[in-house]
This record gives sequence, structure tokens and C-alpha cells, in this order.
Amino acid sequence: MSQLRKILGVVWMLLGPATILFLISQASHKISQPTSTTNDILQWGIIITIFVPIAIGLMIFGYYAVKGEYAEIEE
Amino acid sequence: MSEQAFKKTIRSVIAASSVGTLIEWYDFYIFGSLATIISTQFFPDDKSSAALLSTLAIFAAGFIVRPFGALVFGRLGDMIGRKYTFLLTLVLMGGSTFAIGLIPTYKTIGVAAPLLVLLLRLIQGLALGGEYGGAATYVAEHAPAGKRGFYTSWIQTTATLGLFLSLGVILTTRTTLGVETFNDWGWRIPFLVSSILVVVSIYIRMKMHESPMFTKLKKEGRISANPLKESFGKKENLKMVLLALFGAVMGQGVIWYTGQFYAQSFIENTCKVDFAQSRTMLLWAIAFATPFFVVFGSWSDRVGRKWIMLGGMFLGLISYRSIYQELLDVTNDKNKMEVVAEKTQSYESKLVTGTADSLTKTITIRKFEDGAVFKETKTDTLYAEVGKVTIKPTIKMEKTLGSHDYRWMIFLVFIQIIFVTMVYGPIAAFLVEMFPTQIRYTSMSLPYHIGNGVFGGLVPFISTLIIEYTKTPDNPAGQPLAGLWYPMSVAAICLIIGIFYLSNKIDQNVKDEENAYIHHQ
Repeated sequence: MSQLRKILGVVWMLLGPATILFLISQASHKISQPTSTTNDILQWGIIITIFVPIAIGLMIFGYYAVKGEYAEIEE
Repeated sequence: MSEQAFKKTIRSVIAASSVGTLIEWYDFYIFGSLATIISTQFFPDDKSSAALLSTLAIFAAGFIVRPFGALVFGRLGDMIGRKYTFLLTLVLMGGSTFAIGLIPTYKTIGVAAPLLVLLLRLIQGLALGGEYGGAATYVAEHAPAGKRGFYTSWIQTTATLGLFLSLGVILTTRTTLGVETFNDWGWRIPFLVSSILVVVSIYIRMKMHESPMFTKLKKEGRISANPLKESFGKKENLKMVLLALFGAVMGQGVIWYTGQFYAQSFIENTCKVDFAQSRTMLLWAIAFATPFFVVFGSWSDRVGRKWIMLGGMFLGLISYRSIYQELLDVTNDKNKMEVVAEKTQSYESKLVTGTADSLTKTITIRKFEDGAVFKETKTDTLYAEVGKVTIKPTIKMEKTLGSHDYRWMIFLVFIQIIFVTMVYGPIAAFLVEMFPTQIRYTSMSLPYHIGNGVFGGLVPFISTLIIEYTKTPDNPAGQPLAGLWYPMSVAAICLIIGIFYLSNKIDQNVKDEENAYIHHQ
């Protein structure tokens, strides 16, 4: 189990930046539409501001997992 | 202390903590439950969906500041004590709720009105951020070994009961005053009622003593000098905060909000079930499901917290699409036999002041064999100018279901709330056991409020946004089930993390010696 936890850590480390890239690409796509409004910019601004730090937290979580910080937690 | 005296003490501890937390949730939810009315009072906009989004944004703002409240009041709670901190949060919450009920509308004071609403909403969010962690910690630190899940589960009922109370007060006020009066000024009453509840709760809480564990720490001079630094600056604690968030609370948050808020919003706005029925459905479902918080909390004392919580997430994940499809099918007129002879249509027209145009209203009422009544109100402008027509007349649909379908929908909501009770019933005990006493309030409050406030609180907002993006000229309504992808994705990730990383071991005494997470540091 501890090995699996370490391996999965890589997934969480990658999922963090993947989430950030996905959010930014979605936001830029929607905001660049001719029909986009101030409301769209506001909504996406809120979402990115909130989720980027959380995604960074997920990367840190993955890093700790890879380093074996969770390896000894009892099942 | 004799067993009888202990039982009396623990009952009063639970009562004092639960009543205050219930009122805080009540205060917080009346805003969300009245979002549509508030949007018309404070956020005038030609497009009702934009006005609603503005309100939802403020709704979200209320949730987003919750983690900051967790930091501010968590720190206070770990430094000056649990009792005085959650008294302060109660005063702030009650005061701001009461004040929202007094704010003049946009028509009266202009842009100051929405600004004041936003400010008070932020204070509400801050206060709530500090409340829950305090109440859960306070009860857990009084609870005996082996019963922590059971005792803290009473705190867990308060979030749902707060929603129940808010819906009940709103429905009673609306029924008593009538729809027009309620929409005009009656909506303020549920906000003002809060002040009475808060005063009662403050009185009860003032009589309580500080948590025995915190008192002991204080006597021994072992209180944390900087709980924030210790919680998030030290790897040993930060890694557990992250695990609590990604392995338990974010999934719990989305299951909670999907099962209650999104369900109600979906039934009212997508299925078009009328205001009263959509709310009474939720009320019945909550009433039947609430005891299960205690059932699962208590059960977690015997079998561990992990698998019950993850079980709730798994069940939500595999069944949401079927449940919401069924909600759509039950309310779809294509699945019903219409009693054509009973179809009625009325038409009225009145001149628009200062013009030669007329405002027309066509009301069509259709009845079905199962007792359902669908009322369609079409509002249009009849222009005096030849050839000019309204591009898109306003059509409002209100569906009143027959008794069989009504009961079936209550059951469909009830199932979702059962999932809520599974993920939420044991989580206070789970979080309390994860962190040491010195920094417990701070450490458990932050992941809880990020999970609930951000991941959970944004379910209606992000789901509405996803549906908006599925709208095309060929499908102007969008894909109604698309909004579920957000809670399902979050629950799926959380489920995987929870399965592989969480421990199912119960910390018997929360005195930090036998903790499955702290033990190995």
C-alpha cells in the first residue's frame, strides 16, 4: 500500500497543474468569445483565484505522497 | 463525576453547541433560499439569470470567506479558548443577519444597497467559518472514548436542520402573508427572526464552561503561541490538513450541497415544480433523513469513520445521474396522460402606461390523470406598431405534482440526503481525531471550510455555469444533467484519495497518544 501511495502521488502532482491549465484555457476561451460579458470575466476570475491555490495544495499533497510522508499511516 | 452527572453535562454541552450552530446555519441559508427575491430587491437587472448569478456570486462569496473565518477564529479558539470564540461568531452572525433584514432596497438607496448586502454576507461567511470547528471541537473534547462519533453527530444534524428551519420559516411567512406581500417586504421577516434565536442561544452558551482539554492545556501552559504557523508552517500538520481536505472533506462538501441545495434548485428551476412543493419535498426528505446523521455517527464509533464516509461518496457518484434523470422524467408532461377536457386558457390584456402598446398575459392550465396540474403563464407585449413583435415572450411554467409523484420525488431527495448523512455524520469526529489539541480548532476548521465552502458551496454556481455552456442554438435549454459533472468529478477524486490514504483507526481519547496520523510523525 505504501508503494501505491507513493506512485499515486505522481498523479496528484500532475493533476494540480493540469487543473490550472484546464481552468485558464477554459477561461481564456470563454472570455475571448464576442458574446462574453463582464459577468463572464468576473465568474472566471473568481473561479481561477479560488482554485489555483487549491490546485497548488494538491501538488504539495502529491509531493508529500511521493516522498513517502503518508506511507506509514495505518489502513 | 457520576454517570448521571456526566450524562447531564454532556447533554447540556451538546444542546448549547448544537442550538448555536443550528442558528448560524439557519442565518446562512435564508439568504441562499431567498436568492431569487434578493436578486430583484438588491440587484436589478433586465436579465433575470444575470441577477441570479450576481446573487449566486455573493452566495459564493459567503462561502469563499469561510476559510478565512476558519483561520481567524480557529487561531482565536486555539489561543483564548473554544467557548468565547464561538460566542463571538454567534454574535457576528446574528447581527449581520438581522442587519440584512433592515437594508433598504436598491430603489431607495441605490448602489449602497447591494454593497451593504455584500459586506454583511462576508461577515456571515467569516462567522460561520469560525463556528463549526469550535462547536465540533468543544463537543468532541467533552465526549468519552468510544462515543465521539455519536456525540459529535448531533452537531452534524445542525447544518441540515438549519436548512430545514430556514425553509420552514420562509414557507410559513410566505403562506401567512401571501406571495405578493412576501416578495415585497415579507422576505425580511426570516432575517429579523434570527435575532430572537441568537439571543436565546447566546444566553445558553454563556452558561457553559470551557472545554476540559483546553482548560488543562492552559493550566499546563501548553497553549500554542502561534496556531497558524504550527498548523500550516509545519510539514507534519500541513500534510494532514491536505489529506483531510483532499481525502475526505472536498468529497463530503459536494455530496452535501448536491443532495440538498442543488436538488432543490434543480427541482424548482429545471423541473419547474412550483415554489411550495419544491420546498416541502426537501422538508419531508430532511425530516426523514436527519436521524441517520446520528445513526452513521454512532456506527462510526464501532466500525471506523473512513468506509462510511467513502461509502456515501461512492453511492452518490454511481447514482446521481439516474436520480436526476428520474426527477426530469417524473415532471415531464410527455410521460403523463392529459385530461384534455379540463384544459383551460385565460387571457388578459392591459395598456402599457404612456404608450399604445398592451401587455398580454395568457394562462394555460393543463390537468393530468395522475393529479398533476401544469400552469403556463405567457407574458407578451402587443405592439401598436404594425409588424413589430416580441422576439421572445416570457414563459413561466409551474408544475404541481400529483400525490404519487410528489411522494416519489421526496424519496429521490431522501436517498440523496442519506448519502449526505453517511459522509457528514462521522466527519466531525474524524477531523477532531486527526489533529492535536493545541491546534485542533485551526487545523480542522480550514480544510472543513475549504471542502464545504469552496468545493461544496460552489456546486450550484459551477453547475449552473456548466449548463450555461452546453446551451446551443439547437438546444437552447442546454443539457440539464451536465451540471452534475462537477460534483461527480470532485467526489471521484476524493474517493480515490480517501481509499488509499485515510486510516480507519479510531483515536480513542483525542489526547493525541493513540492517533493514527500523529503517532507516526
